[in-house]
Amino acid sequence: MLEIEVNGKLLEVPDGATIMDATNQAGVYVPHFCYHKKLSIAANCRMCLVQVEKAPKPLPACATPVTNGMKVFTHSEQAVDAQKGVMEFLLINHPLDCPICDQGGECQLQDLAVGYGASGSRYEEPKRVVTDKNLGPLISTDMTRCIHCTRCVRFGQEIAGIMELGMIGRGEHAEIITFVGKTVDSELSGNVIDLCPVGALTSKPFRYTARTWELTRKASVSPHCGLGSNLTVQVKQNRVMRVLPRENEAINECWLSDKDRFSYEGLNSEQRLARPMLKRGGAWQEVEWQVALEHVANELKRIRDQHGGQAIGGLATPHQTLEELHLLQKFIRGLGSGNVDFRLRQSDFSTDGKLKGAPWLGMKIAEVGKLDRVLVVGSTLRKDHPLLAHRLRQATKRGTQLSVINPFDDDLLMRVAHKAIVAPAAMPDMLAQVLNAAARIKNAPLPEAVRSALERVTVSESAQRIAASLASGQNAAVFLGNLAQHHPHAGELHALAQELAAVTGARFGFLGEASNSVGGYIAGAVPFAGVPAGMNASLMLAQPRKAYLLLGVEAELDTHDPQQAVAALKSAELVVAMSPYQHRALEYAHVLLPVAPFTETAGTFINAEGTAQSFSGVVAPLGETRPAWKVLRVLGNLLGLAGFDHDSAEEVRREVLGAGADASGKLENRLSAIRLDALAPAQASGLQRIAEVPIYSTDAIVRRSRSLQQTRDAAPPVAWMNRALHERLGLREGDHVRVRQEGGEAVVPAAIDDRLPADCIRLAAARPETAALGAMFGTVGAERVAAQRRVAG
Amino acid sequence: MGLPVPPFATDLFGPEAIIMKGLNGLNWRISDYEARGGYQALRKILAEKIPPEQIVNEVKKSALRGRGGAGFPTGLKWSFMPRQFPGRKYLVCNSDEGEPGTFKDRDLLRYNPHIVIEGMIIAGYAMGTPVGYNYIHGEIWDIYERFEEALEEARAAGYLGKNILGSDFGFELYAHHGYGAYICGEETALLESLEGKKGLPRFKPPFPASYGLYGKPTTINNTETFAAVPWIILNGGEEFLNLGRPNNGGTKIFSVSGDVARPGNYEVRLGTPFEKLLEMAGGMKDGRKLKACIPGGSSMPVLPAHIMMETDMDYDSIAKAGSMLGSGAVIIMDETRCMVRCLLRLSYFYFEESCGQCTPCREGTGWLYRMVDRIERGRGKPEDFDVLNSVSDNIAGRTICALGDAAALPVKSFIKHFRGEFEYHMEHKNCLVPDYV
Amino acid sequence: MVLSPDALAKIDQAVTKYPPDQRQSAVMAALTIAQDEKGWLSTETMDFVAQYLGMPPIAVYEVASFYTMYDIKPVGKYKLAICTNLPCALQGANVAAEHLKNKLGIGFNETTADGLVTLREGECFGACGDAPVLLLNDKRMCCAMTPDKLDALLKDLT
Ligand SMILES: Cc1cc2nc3c(=O)[nH]c(=O)nc-3n(C[C@H](O)[C@H](O)[C@H](O)COP(=O)(O)O)c2cc1C
Ligand code: SF4
Ligand code: FES
Repeated sequence: MLEIEVNGKLLEVPDGATIMDATNQAGVYVPHFCYHKKLSIAANCRMCLVQVEKAPKPLPACATPVTNGMKVFTHSEQAVDAQKGVMEFLLINHPLDCPICDQGGECQLQDLAVGYGASGSRYEEPKRVVTDKNLGPLISTDMTRCIHCTRCVRFGQEIAGIMELGMIGRGEHAEIITFVGKTVDSELSGNVIDLCPVGALTSKPFRYTARTWELTRKASVSPHCGLGSNLTVQVKQNRVMRVLPRENEAINECWLSDKDRFSYEGLNSEQRLARPMLKRGGAWQEVEWQVALEHVANELKRIRDQHGGQAIGGLATPHQTLEELHLLQKFIRGLGSGNVDFRLRQSDFSTDGKLKGAPWLGMKIAEVGKLDRVLVVGSTLRKDHPLLAHRLRQATKRGTQLSVINPFDDDLLMRVAHKAIVAPAAMPDMLAQVLNAAARIKNAPLPEAVRSALERVTVSESAQRIAASLASGQNAAVFLGNLAQHHPHAGELHALAQELAAVTGARFGFLGEASNSVGGYIAGAVPFAGVPAGMNASLMLAQPRKAYLLLGVEAELDTHDPQQAVAALKSAELVVAMSPYQHRALEYAHVLLPVAPFTETAGTFINAEGTAQSFSGVVAPLGETRPAWKVLRVLGNLLGLAGFDHDSAEEVRREVLGAGADASGKLENRLSAIRLDALAPAQASGLQRIAEVPIYSTDAIVRRSRSLQQTRDAAPPVAWMNRALHERLGLREGDHVRVRQEGGEAVVPAAIDDRLPADCIRLAAARPETAALGAMFGTVGAERVAAQRRVAG
Repeated sequence: MGLPVPPFATDLFGPEAIIMKGLNGLNWRISDYEARGGYQALRKILAEKIPPEQIVNEVKKSALRGRGGAGFPTGLKWSFMPRQFPGRKYLVCNSDEGEPGTFKDRDLLRYNPHIVIEGMIIAGYAMGTPVGYNYIHGEIWDIYERFEEALEEARAAGYLGKNILGSDFGFELYAHHGYGAYICGEETALLESLEGKKGLPRFKPPFPASYGLYGKPTTINNTETFAAVPWIILNGGEEFLNLGRPNNGGTKIFSVSGDVARPGNYEVRLGTPFEKLLEMAGGMKDGRKLKACIPGGSSMPVLPAHIMMETDMDYDSIAKAGSMLGSGAVIIMDETRCMVRCLLRLSYFYFEESCGQCTPCREGTGWLYRMVDRIERGRGKPEDFDVLNSVSDNIAGRTICALGDAAALPVKSFIKHFRGEFEYHMEHKNCLVPDYV
Repeated sequence: MVLSPDALAKIDQAVTKYPPDQRQSAVMAALTIAQDEKGWLSTETMDFVAQYLGMPPIAVYEVASFYTMYDIKPVGKYKLAICTNLPCALQGANVAAEHLKNKLGIGFNETTADGLVTLREGECFGACGDAPVLLLNDKRMCCAMTPDKLDALLKDLT
């Protein structure tokens, strides 16, 4: 510890602290621009100059290490003189356009200029003008305002893991720019808007739509990935205008992914459903809630009476709130059916009944950054979990060894120590190899439960390396990503990962796909979690039901096998689509009920680490929209079901979690029993599809964010394959390929990715272009569509 | 290209030269150097197994001060290198000579490259650094190529590589070139540049001795500093010190440019009167009168003739006179020169060469340049003096590196000593003196 | 291939000067070699260098735009840079510069209509004793350039 005096006040700071650390600790504000607690120290703005006893010159607080007995004065004449001098320099070339600047009202330069600037300018020479840059659909630029603090550049290098912005030129001619003609494509790019202390980088979607002082700020929680990033939602006249991070060190720190930041545009989409609709005689009509709900209640009653409760199924997305999922399962079970599920993209449910709790991350989010060995199976980390990936990225910089098993080899923007890129069918075998090798390294007997399955496995070199890495850790973990959870042999992967963790002393977790992937289990929205038990999501669609209740579901985009899902729904007598949007359900539903998105209702998400985060609505529901939990409650009442008299979302939550709202006791990854006699064959015949869910296709809201849909990540799907397959199909550059699957087809451009395994076609799911196809993983046919004979669309 | 006509029969750099002794412009090869007693210092160290500490001590005794500009005691700098550091350490030679008026390192590398190589090898031995780089100004490409050639010679002769001259000491030396950035002369900008980045100076601390090239402990010295080392080893630090004055040991190469009859490099003992140096350079050109002199490179304050003529050429004397010895570049201006125009050209230089990372320098150098330009065009007003001085004060001492000071000092000193010329420009909208610059 | 095998061999040679995990250190050498071969550094060339050395393209662009001797826009077949800094100016550099401008009919940072010559104003080359100094195509230094010698030089530029 070091002793330091700040403005006469004595305090102790840890060794290695800077003056800025000390003043922060003392609660003394030192003006600054380039300093940011999460970025490396640049010390270039010179705004933080302070006086230090015995130092002949003022020193930058952000970069000067504290020495024992140091005396610092932040407001002395010397310090203020230096700060004022710097402020004057910053302003001479800064435009005087505050009245039209989006940063106005939240501009560090503006704020400090009031305190440190002179009233008139002594600068009479011509001012500099810098041309604006096109950084893409998310970030708007006014580069003349740039004060060269390089926060945005350091963010790319240090946090996002990709240097897209740089400062070219030098001296007064230096400017922030991307490489010639490139846009900023990082999935974390929006953070530079927050980082920019002036109005040089601002939000493009928000541009000129409101002044900050017109906005009210409300706390909320992101409904997208499993992190549950904390949000500040800014509202003007009952409309969400902008979303900013709400700092929470344990979850999102001070960051947001672009998805969390810009998806709000989808809340204001023209496709919002404002009134209940009913299909009568083949035509859609807007109706009163009363009429719609009575119709639903009557029809459900009729179907239950005619076909029994099991003829009814309830499907929800994992983006629904805990309260909604709870009432949905309670309602379905009240009707005498156990057919309820929220795991729409899962296809293997073999672990149902062996799960002892909700599968979860297995640790706190913050602990991910402290792991020293990590194996991730089936994940595009940075696209599936942008901020969790950021934590891992920082860890790999400190020496953490990351290994991956995945069917494709996208750049994760972090150091990958070992990888095994194998076809989907070979993933269980690869994981088994790693387990086999790890058991040998650890000199542990092969786990009894999987011994016979492992005996036939030959350990490859990459498996050996992954195992050795994992086994050498002090604080290791094995994670199953989204793709592993969607995998047709997810149960095998689960069992093997569990055993691998046990053998290597690693922890084991699931990278939760969605905001409420954990909450769905805890709400009991799974067929095995209550009485009666029933069918899982896949079975319900494979064996069509008479009636479906869809909560937030867009069947052709949210399910593992859209072709099957749409067919099942089309054959039903009643499909009730509860959604904020008017969507393709118009083709197969009978009733559309406008329910609130997360901003218009109170609710709770339980994130990947098991933390329950409740939030309130930030705006009133649009038009006739109602919170889904209320709609379900009224339906329960209409059908005379017991236990549907909650007065608030809190009451519903208490029913699930109890008063403490603590979910930790309900989390458990380990299966109660494992019995793997043989692994599914690692070799599949025919061409295999690999489908990931693109980052901006995951859920209904983000799919309607106009700006995100203009990013490169939202580009129309392409069929990727390795060169050998490309040649075998006779494809030439510019050609399209017709992919057939279970009678459906999609015609998409073909492209080469030589890192893909043999005989695989990578083609995204959750996209309208591929909605006619079948399962995300399965056998497909492919043929060339020559460039000129291309089928439109 | 052609060599300048030698003013002295054999010693191109003057009779007092020790570093540049015996050079005629052609005898730069290793055999010539060895014939002049080259590489004897290294041989002696390796043969006698002189302990590294002793070499550092000898350099300390010599009162050798850094020839790159700051004049920091070299022995002291060398003693900062962590001895017990387990990883790599680096040695770097700063030949990025770009300070206007300075051209001594170019001649050193052109006419006597092996003395720099030998000096670096000895330094590497003294500090336990197995690898060195010489960062050479990009504009002097032929010299870079010559240095590569000299390195080849040294390697072939067994002075570089593993087990030098059969000892267990090894040292590798490589040449790296710049490509047009004055700021890379600043030692930490130079390191960034060596790492393949923009030459942005680093904030210090940490100093290169603890966090240098690739984050490893590094010592950086000027070319001429290294070149003095072999002589010190062969003749003793004491002897070197005695050549000059206390605290100002040895000889120094001065680059004399501007309005003199024979611009060029002259190696003289520190403490030599300015008048004598001027004489060696052939005196004032065309018999005109001295008006002003910048004694240590463009970054240092200008001094008027009467002060200069009283001053001796060593660190302490020049400091007492109100300027600095700096890199030893002596820029001579005669009575026909307009001081406003002279300052304007320098201000433009710092504005052009600011790396731009820190606010006072990026914004302030432009401001200064534009104001001086306005005054030069006859659009200045008396209040401008205060603004110029205050802007200079707001830059100096508040930047990451000393380029900020370098931009501020000339402005303040030109105004201080030649205020009348600036006032004349403001009043008469033209120069006090005929327009020659 | 953007660069010739010869150029690549030179770059590979430069890379060996630095520790194996510091390929980026060779970027200045690589850009110099590329510019010698191509005349200037196009986006494509910089992209190639970035890939070759394992750097982000923008980091190469930063370097190429920071050091003044790299040309990220096309230049004439001959690039003449004349130092006009104070010591050179005192020794006749401005006279030489004016002479060049008049002879070529262009100003600084301009190229003759026939694309033959680009004129640049240089900052101190570290050769003030030999003023006026002029750099021809970055690498050839011409000393004591009086108007007569300039005329002779221009005559050779075809
Ligand atoms: C703007 C600036 C330019 C500099 N240029 C040079 C230079 O060209 N050559 C040099 O040796 N030192 C130069 N220096 C000084 C170096 O930073 C450093 O002090 C020197 O190389 C140390 O070597 P020495 O102790 O042997 O002098 C410069 C410093 C500054 C601030
Ligand atoms: S003082 Fe000037 S040159 Fe030095 S770091 Fe700051 S901006 Fe760059
Ligand atoms: S905050 Fe310290 S220099 Fe910018």
